[in-house]
Amino acid sequence: MSTQHSKAAKEFLKNQKYAKWHDATFWAVRSKRDTMAQGLAEWEQLREKASAIKRHTITHLDEYLDQFATNAEKNGVIVHWAKDAHEFNEIVYGILKNHDVKKLVKSKSMLTEECEMNPYLESKGIEVVETDLGERIIQLKGQKPSHIVMPAIHLNHDDVGELFEEKGISTEKGNHDPTYLTYMARLSLRNEFLTADAGMTGANFGIAETGDIVVCTNEGNADMSTSCPNLHIAAIGLEKVIPNYECLAVFQRMLCRAGTGQPTTTYTSHFRKARVLTTPTSPSKEGNRGEMHIVLVDNGRSEWIGNPEHWEVLKCIRCGSCMNTCPVYRRSGGYSYSYFIPGPVGINLGMLRDPKQHSGNVSACSLCLSCQTVCPVKIDLGDQVYKWRQQLDDFGTANPEKKFMCKGMDLLFGSPALYKTATAISPLANIVPRFLMNSSLNPWAEGHEMMKFPKRPFHSIVKDLEK
Amino acid sequence: MKIGLFIPCYVDAVYPEVGVASYKLLKHLGLDVSYPDGQTCCGQPMANAGFEKQAIPLAEKFEDKFKGFDYIVAPSVSCTAFVRLNYPRLLDHECVTAQKAMDVVEFLHDVVKVKQTLGTFPHKVSLHNSCHGVRELGLSSPSEMHVEKFNKIKDLLNLVEGIQVVEPERPDECCGFGGMFSVEETAISAQMGKDKLERHISTGAEYVTGPDCSCLMHMAGIARKQGLKMEFKHVVEILASGL
Repeated sequence: MSTQHSKAAKEFLKNQKYAKWHDATFWAVRSKRDTMAQGLAEWEQLREKASAIKRHTITHLDEYLDQFATNAEKNGVIVHWAKDAHEFNEIVYGILKNHDVKKLVKSKSMLTEECEMNPYLESKGIEVVETDLGERIIQLKGQKPSHIVMPAIHLNHDDVGELFEEKGISTEKGNHDPTYLTYMARLSLRNEFLTADAGMTGANFGIAETGDIVVCTNEGNADMSTSCPNLHIAAIGLEKVIPNYECLAVFQRMLCRAGTGQPTTTYTSHFRKARVLTTPTSPSKEGNRGEMHIVLVDNGRSEWIGNPEHWEVLKCIRCGSCMNTCPVYRRSGGYSYSYFIPGPVGINLGMLRDPKQHSGNVSACSLCLSCQTVCPVKIDLGDQVYKWRQQLDDFGTANPEKKFMCKGMDLLFGSPALYKTATAISPLANIVPRFLMNSSLNPWAEGHEMMKFPKRPFHSIVKDLEK
Repeated sequence: MKIGLFIPCYVDAVYPEVGVASYKLLKHLGLDVSYPDGQTCCGQPMANAGFEKQAIPLAEKFEDKFKGFDYIVAPSVSCTAFVRLNYPRLLDHECVTAQKAMDVVEFLHDVVKVKQTLGTFPHKVSLHNSCHGVRELGLSSPSEMHVEKFNKIKDLLNLVEGIQVVEPERPDECCGFGGMFSVEETAISAQMGKDKLERHISTGAEYVTGPDCSCLMHMAGIARKQGLKMEFKHVVEILASGL
């Protein structure tokens, strides 16, 4: 009765030492988050407020998008609209081609992962360099992110040390000291920033009232990506727009506390217009600006808003806290899910994207509901997984054995007479040879010893009690 | 106050002693409790597995059987939560049982407001806070939330003579049962159970106790398979111990 996820998880758990480390690492992030949440008396009010702002904005998105785009254009920003991933990639390539860009540096953007932008641009001959350290590591390794906030968390310093040696980033063989490796990455990235023709960022928030975009990083790489090249392209999903700075203040207090357990990101960068160009020989002049583009990407979002059971997933601010708390994610890792975003929110986003392709993740939930209790914007993530399960039969992706078992239960429980007969003979299970009960035909027996059935069920005993 | 005792299917078939303890405890407190015959299952197993529609006829039966009671009390947080939270949506008419359904712990704590000494249980017990008790019925403050700390199960257990109640590290992390989850995600489910069990064992307790037999059944199955020494008892068994 296995699923895509359960098979991958089983493989993951074979390396027990690594699995324990993985679980402990993410539990530590969850604990740091708890300390932050306990440190703010108004934490639960903030969650409520954040949820309300997102609900309001998403249900009035047409107005806020219009306001955002109008204000961005007033600031001299060139605004583009992409209906899907392909159109997004084409727009970005068009801008880069117009500027004869050979090398693009970029800060972390899950949207560009979603649209598979890097391989598209590379196929057109453009060099793309990730500048978030974690993203850079997995780019060099040819991997996908295993977590949306900590994309290379699955690798340790030895993995990174060997990779950097192989790629010529570090020069001292065998020096896998994290400080040294970070320093060498910094040197290498400095060179990339200085020689790039364009910089790309994602956006954590778009502010409708001002047309600003806000990017939160711990490494300052978004600022480096936009401070060296003259051309800045920002990729932003439609749902990232919020009304104003008062709203931003709510999210800014929660994003990093929830995500990494820090009070704030090291850098919270606000971009309003293309920057004034300066060179050593020509000091800054107001009229001499670079170019800033914002690409607003739909790619399914406008359709998801219309899904009465699942639209609230669009409230997600991509903090990753649902992954960190998820007991299944912590014990199976990001690569055990078929969608590029793992964990509770990834299960739901994957199903919105393509239910046939991603139904194999829906089993990855014990319905413990820790995710929705952690979520800073109060998305009912676990309840939504439950709802997706109800639809698997319609998608044709329900497990036939499970369906059969449920039909059987329905028959058994639907008839009190049949139920009584069955429970009257259940002590039989105690004398069935253990090798039969512990066979592969009985998935419960993989991890459990079978339970002992009593001689009499309660509904029979109670008759004596009532006498 | 007429109380209908709801003994979920697997408690009936596998843990009748929990039903007996519930019945005896409520009687001991002088309450008018009866067990309507012909009960089976609330429908949760099928619904969590993705076949919610199959729970509808069971919900209808349940509604019919229990609608005349003032309270419907069950020794199972997940079954109670399923009735309370899902029945109103599943039934195509007004549901009267959902609001009357209570887990035995919250019933004793919030309605009966038991304060007197209950049974005697001179042992160290590790408290298992089942997910649906914590996050759906509010039996204790969820560790995720910034709210005042409370635990209704602990409050009741502390009325038992001789008992020492402790909680494991990560006090409300899931044990990995999850109904169909345990047969569909066998490896993860067993790992979660093993991890949870180890944390319970680390407290030095002789017993693990909780408000849901399904979590206890899961951990007991793993303990026996792994040869780990631990005893399991439902909260009501301890409350009623020696009465």
